[in-house]
Amino acid sequence: MTGAQIAAAVIPRRSSRSAAADRGFRFLMLGAVGAAFVGLAAIVYDFASDGLPVISWDFVTSFPSRVIPESAGIRSAILGTVYLMLICAFLVVPLGVATAVYLEEYADRRRWWNRLIEVNIQNLAAVPSVVYGILGLAFIVRGPLGMGPVLLAGAITLALLVLPVVIIVAREAIRAVPSSIREGSLALGATQWQTVWKQVLPGSIAGIATGVILALSRAIGETAPLLVVGAGVSLRFDPDGLGSSFTALPIQIFAWTQDPNREFVARAAGAIVVLMALLLVMNSIAIWLRNRYEQKW
Amino acid sequence: MAEPRLAAASGAQGARVDLTRAPSARSRFEGGIRIALFLAAGLSVLTTLAIVGSLLVETVRFLGTVSVGDFLFGTKWSPTFAGEQQSFGVLPLLWGTMYLSLIALAVAVPLGLLSAIYLSEYARPGVRRIVKPVLELLAGVPTIVFGYFALTFFTPEVLRDALHIEVGVFNGLAAGIIMGLLVLPTIASVAEDAMTSVPASLREGAFGLGASKLQVSLRVVFPAALSGIVAALILGASRAIGETVLILVAGGQTPNLGLDPRESFQSMAAFIAAQARGDIPVGSVEYLTIFAVGFTLFVLTLVLNFASIRLVNRFRQVYE
Repeated sequence: MTGAQIAAAVIPRRSSRSAAADRGFRFLMLGAVGAAFVGLAAIVYDFASDGLPVISWDFVTSFPSRVIPESAGIRSAILGTVYLMLICAFLVVPLGVATAVYLEEYADRRRWWNRLIEVNIQNLAAVPSVVYGILGLAFIVRGPLGMGPVLLAGAITLALLVLPVVIIVAREAIRAVPSSIREGSLALGATQWQTVWKQVLPGSIAGIATGVILALSRAIGETAPLLVVGAGVSLRFDPDGLGSSFTALPIQIFAWTQDPNREFVARAAGAIVVLMALLLVMNSIAIWLRNRYEQKW
Repeated sequence: MAEPRLAAASGAQGARVDLTRAPSARSRFEGGIRIALFLAAGLSVLTTLAIVGSLLVETVRFLGTVSVGDFLFGTKWSPTFAGEQQSFGVLPLLWGTMYLSLIALAVAVPLGLLSAIYLSEYARPGVRRIVKPVLELLAGVPTIVFGYFALTFFTPEVLRDALHIEVGVFNGLAAGIIMGLLVLPTIASVAEDAMTSVPASLREGAFGLGASKLQVSLRVVFPAALSGIVAALILGASRAIGETVLILVAGGQTPNLGLDPRESFQSMAAFIAAQARGDIPVGSVEYLTIFAVGFTLFVLTLVLNFASIRLVNRFRQVYE
């Protein structure tokens, strides 16, 4: 029996005033949860009702237009977003996993530099995304790296932005591998790295993959850092390499919402539908991975 | 594996025994791995240094042309104007940031905390399994989509048509309220974590003394989780302060020191995104303003983050 059940059995009567207060409070709580539901439903209804009529094969495969809304598509934005995500994943997976392995398996927490790294990652996770944009602008686009506003610069900026998320999730996945697995491996004569590579990482791969996808689904919707880094708007060509000018779905959506012509705003809704569909696919993969490969120890 | 240096051990009458091994290829490999992993981890520290460095250098250059007093306490923000009209008082941006965040928190704090109490204390497991993913879904919606919603639905349909409030196309009210919806899941999930980590014994003790469910929730669990709840609020505030596109799209781009939420406001983050997009020359005063405002924003969120991390660590220590 829980405490509540014991209390209910021992104290059968309660004053009607407190019962009313209890009901009132329940009503408030349900209202709060209901507000979140209604908010989400209204958001989805809004972009779906504006955007679904716009969706067509032509919309997805044509280049954007600044003049004729009916023929404006999101080809360069979709390609830009896909390339950004691929490069971002390529950068963030090794770095994030290596950092997580270091902090969980190697670092001595009594050392100040290891504690510094930990606190630093916690802090980086909460730095506003627009500040990462400034970093990208000052360090990658101009300044020391001086790449200009190209695809690689955007991808590096996004990778730095989501790196803390990947690290934090990967650490949790690694921590979930029981220490008996490590001890067994070490007792059989494996070195520390062999233990990590052959036991710990395979055991935590589902959690890590989930974390990477969740991080990418944050990166895919980021607008502010790409604006600051200097992503192009309404580009009429495909990105053709790391040094190419680029645009992305959120940037194209943003540009269209700024357009005084209402028909372009409907195009923005269409692009939102595509962006949300991509997000839905990524999250479904993450959930599937979690359910399919999650280890039960 | 290399042989231990037994010669050294048996050497000087057992006085100094050297049992170290010569490094084998295998142990050198292990050491190399360790260094590589450490370097990867160190990259995050480098990122912070690069952020602070780039912000600081340009901010110092900015303060070479504009005095600290004019920047921090000036009441007019018009960096792109020419001649006499140009003014670098950051207060309107700071106020816009704070004011919109306050509107957001006025929405998100009650809703988020009530949702958290509901999830942690009241909801049956079946209900939790539905409500939590919905909150996560809301947290996963890109902020540009919130901006689109505020601009094309909330302002015209809800504020103007349903509530008959005379608002501009860009207004602080819609931006603030929708930002509240954006921050709600953050506050709800962190506060719920804090409340679920309050040990059951505290609840059972209170129930044993005859407390009602409402009393247990509000007078036992809520105070016991208070530091975590405060951390949730700070985290929510820090998200609101750093939010960019939503304000850029729905709040407009007018630096405003006023109190009327029906007018257009600009926040620090929104200014940065609006300004950096333009083709302003590198090193010009307009270019440097991005960094000066960015530095102010960074310091503000850093202070909030540190406060929240400390509080979270404190409540973890108490109950784990």
